Amino acid sequence: MEKKEPIDMNDLDPSFKYEIASQHGGEHIMRCVQCATCSSGCPVASISEKFNPRRIIRMAILGLKERVIKEDFVWYCAACYTCSERCPQDVRIPDLMSAIRNIATKEGHIHPAYKEQGRLIGNMGRLYEVTDFENERREKLGLPKIEGKNEEIESIYTKTGIKKVIT
Amino acid sequence: MKYALFLGCTVPVRTMGYEMSTRAVMNKLGIDLVDIKEFGCCGFPLESIDHDTYLSVAARNLAIAEENRLPIMTMCSACNGSLLKAHMAMNDEKVKAHINENLSPLGRHYNGGISVKHAARVLYENIETIREMATPIHLKIAAHYGCHYIKPSEIYEDFEDPEVPYTIEEIVMALGAEPVQYENKKQCCGGAILGIDEAVSLEMTKEKLHHVREAGADAMVLVCPFCDIMYDVNQRRIESHFNDTYGIPVLFLPQLVGLALGIPPDELGLRLNRVPVRKLLKSLGD
Repeated sequence: MEKKEPIDMNDLDPSFKYEIASQHGGEHIMRCVQCATCSSGCPVASISEKFNPRRIIRMAILGLKERVIKEDFVWYCAACYTCSERCPQDVRIPDLMSAIRNIATKEGHIHPAYKEQGRLIGNMGRLYEVTDFENERREKLGLPKIEGKNEEIESIYTKTGIKKVIT
Repeated sequence: MKYALFLGCTVPVRTMGYEMSTRAVMNKLGIDLVDIKEFGCCGFPLESIDHDTYLSVAARNLAIAEENRLPIMTMCSACNGSLLKAHMAMNDEKVKAHINENLSPLGRHYNGGISVKHAARVLYENIETIREMATPIHLKIAAHYGCHYIKPSEIYEDFEDPEVPYTIEEIVMALGAEPVQYENKKQCCGGAILGIDEAVSLEMTKEKLHHVREAGADAMVLVCPFCDIMYDVNQRRIESHFNDTYGIPVLFLPQLVGLALGIPPDELGLRLNRVPVRKLLKSLGD
């Protein structure tokens, strides 16, 4: 559990909520009424105190930008959409978490696990390398060969500017 | 019916039994699957990094399916959600124009005409044929729906009920098997955060294994490679981590359907399952 210290008003960035609202997926952040329907049904929150969607939304609205994008709790959302189905205000929490992750990425705080996935997909066009070993195994099982490298995704990365964030 | 089979990244490398059984069962049902070598990553992991990149990578696959004039069939639930969400986002003309501009250096363009269906949904649409062809298998089955096969419900329209899902269990019943009810049936497998916090992730998986055991199921049935990695591939690891034994066989839905349709276990990739299925097959009289 994090330390309970008073919030210093000087740490707040009141524009953070607008920044989130302007991102895809973050549009409905200001609809949140803090009812806790999300956190009470969240399968991750039921196991770990580290993740609490309601708290993250409250922190974001307050403007605790530095903590929200630098600490790793926002990356704990499993995107299971349980909360999304139940939220009475249609806040679309998993999409909101993605919007915050997109901002964190832009500001250099991408989670290393995602950075690695992004790098692999950019390099190979897929998450797992398909070598002769896999293809021989596939052949033995009667499955068709998978083509190796796919360069088109790298070209998309260049176009969207994400290449420099990941490499 | 003919579909472009979208393999994604995980299925063709880590869960080949799912691919084998899907191909075998679809073949038995007279559904043609076409392999398209240009397909790549569905874009799902990229949604967390950059939305624009995610949509472009997903739309690239939709454009390729459109070039081939074929609807997409996925096996991975994350691929299914990712492609379908991108398809729907591109109903907005402004978004479509922007993403097509990102695709233009590749010489690709998506007009918006592709349907995306999960293999399990295709099975459900063929449930009457399956019922007629099946030799009843008398097993108690715990169905695991996972997340992206049914949610977010707005992209699946009226296909499923996100709070009371039923399609997998109806298929299980069509095979003459008995779906068992267990606590927290809709719980996520935890696979999405395995790379973020392994301890939390494995505990999520363990909870469900515990409930499935309590319900006295002979096996679990699921429809997503990530869920399978958690419940089948990692089951041993969970047993040693939590000092417990489960020994619950985990089958992909097409493996179970295939058994009822009389397809030999070897053609369904059952030998690749990590938790042994020998006893289970024996009880079916194989």
